[in-house]
Amino acid sequence: MPRTLKALLPAFAAMLLLIGVTQANAQDAALLKKGEYLARAGDCIACHTAREGKTFAGGLPMKTPFGTLYTSNITPDPQTGIGMWTSDQFFQMMHNGRFPDGGLVYPAMPFGSYTKVTREDSDAIYAYLRSIPPVKQRNREHDLKFPFNNRSLILGWRTLFFREGEFKPDPTKSADWNRGAYLVEGLGHCGMCHTAINALGGSSESQAFEGGLIPMQNWYAPSLTSNKEAGLGDWTIEEITDYLRKGVSTRGAVYGPMAEVVYNSLQYLDDEDTRAMAVYLKSLAQGTSPEKASIPLPSAESSLLLSLGKQIYDRECASCHGAVGLGMPPHYPPLAGNQSIQMVSAVNAIRMVLNGGYPPGTSGNPMPYGMPPFAHRLSDDEVAAVVTYIRTSWGNRGEPVSARQANELRAATLN
Amino acid sequence: MTLRFLPILSLLAAIAMPLGAAQAQAPLQAPATERAPDTMAARVLACASCHGAEGEGTSDIYFPRLAGKPAGYLYNQLVAFRDGRRKYPPMNYLLDFLPDEYLKKIAEHFASLRPPFPPPAVPTVSKEILARGESIATAGDPQRGVPACAGCHGATFGGMEPAIPGLLGLRASYISAQLGGWRYGTRTAAVPDCMQIVAGLLTEDDVKAVAAYLSSRPAPADPSFAKQGSLPMPLSCGSEPN
Repeated sequence: MPRTLKALLPAFAAMLLLIGVTQANAQDAALLKKGEYLARAGDCIACHTAREGKTFAGGLPMKTPFGTLYTSNITPDPQTGIGMWTSDQFFQMMHNGRFPDGGLVYPAMPFGSYTKVTREDSDAIYAYLRSIPPVKQRNREHDLKFPFNNRSLILGWRTLFFREGEFKPDPTKSADWNRGAYLVEGLGHCGMCHTAINALGGSSESQAFEGGLIPMQNWYAPSLTSNKEAGLGDWTIEEITDYLRKGVSTRGAVYGPMAEVVYNSLQYLDDEDTRAMAVYLKSLAQGTSPEKASIPLPSAESSLLLSLGKQIYDRECASCHGAVGLGMPPHYPPLAGNQSIQMVSAVNAIRMVLNGGYPPGTSGNPMPYGMPPFAHRLSDDEVAAVVTYIRTSWGNRGEPVSARQANELRAATLN
Repeated sequence: MTLRFLPILSLLAAIAMPLGAAQAQAPLQAPATERAPDTMAARVLACASCHGAEGEGTSDIYFPRLAGKPAGYLYNQLVAFRDGRRKYPPMNYLLDFLPDEYLKKIAEHFASLRPPFPPPAVPTVSKEILARGESIATAGDPQRGVPACAGCHGATFGGMEPAIPGLLGLRASYISAQLGGWRYGTRTAAVPDCMQIVAGLLTEDDVKAVAAYLSSRPAPADPSFAKQGSLPMPLSCGSEPN
């Protein structure tokens, strides 16, 4: 009997060990899954993967008014990636925008937002990035104009624009709201585009989410706080979650840089997080719904523009967007009452007419409908006329646009 | 009897009246109930303004016919434009965020269409140049190692499944621009990049001659492409599995 027990002991120990290992594996797997999910929420892939390049190996050129930056390799290759980094060093980068040697990171890396990410979440992303295949690919030198190639200038930028600090929940708000705020302000780094960037390449906290033109890309990132722009005050939660996750909603669809965000990041978020973001975003909207149209009586010139615009609209647009701009939502977006068409900046509306566009193909909308480009079919005058007509008809209260505005956007970078 | 129904009638009228009034006042507020047609043709309307509603091409000399080209070829081009290997900003922009599976469906859609071919171009080059083009297209230039277009694209230039395109219904400007792109390396495909090799062997005059000849050909009697492996390809191609 004792002998049998003795003989069984190693097997028993092995079994215990196995259970331990399986548990550890399960924990690891859960951590990696969480890290992958959070890396999606942070949209790391969009910048850290070059076109036709290896995933997370960097090398994507990012044009800025100060020169071109090349993104870095964040695979676990020890020489060219971040394979030698500790989780502390990774957190220091996320939280404080500093390399392991203390060097300053250019703020194209959104550490101004990522600083809000918790240590626990940073560790999960770190664990995930260590689990992906290492790629040996040396980082390309940045190509910045003098004096911006001097990294110590970043110190000045940081003094003006960087506030280090983890997200602090607001106990007066719901759990949904706080989770949404954490995602939008932190990993989502929505403020990078939706807060105006000034001449110094910084965005001020007092203007958070008030919108602005995205430098170099010539798309306008609308205000998330004004219902006159992309403020979501009078959207339902479902309309917002559809917009964020599917890329289309009955109120409008995403194009341009926002299509990238939905394609690479937002479509992967789960129901709870998408809803939380919607709750938070809706709460950002200030004031009441858009006021009624206040178009001054048309002068002879603008009424001519409008009648040309209507003619073009009826010929080219009405078959999908309807005679009175109701569209066939969600695939042919409504134009009547569509906030993005009436914003002070007409950039997005003009660009859509010139270049058309597809919303992203997502799991919720795998075969999107595309808007045709008209750049080659309409003159500057015609583009101005049809955009003016759309911005001022059916109760829309946008301002007219000029042929010159249309012409300037013909040269805008497309991608 | 009548008296008994009167209150009900007036109640009905009271309900109906404001309803009618509201409808008359705010026709624009009515929700749109019509849905976009659930068809590929409706989804790819974005392509129509340059390539025609059925991919037949338009009057613009640089926008190619898509209809009836093998799906594998069209898919490779869609992926190449999306990923930036083929550079034409309006195309790169449109396809930026479309997944592989959808691009496959778009390719299959245009591959399945057979709209009429445009009338053949009236050649603007001399008979000699046209003859030179015909000779390269049908027999190649063995002395310089140039294979015939027909060797891979078929005797009727209809292309071959899965990834060799048909060459008819295209304009001379488009064909010469593409051959130029291959020659100068601005258009590339999977290695071994056979078209880069072939185009590298051509002179500018050859390109002009071949483009003039192909664009002058009438519509083929049978506009379909050849079955995979049915043509003895003179060189191997990364895009076309042998």
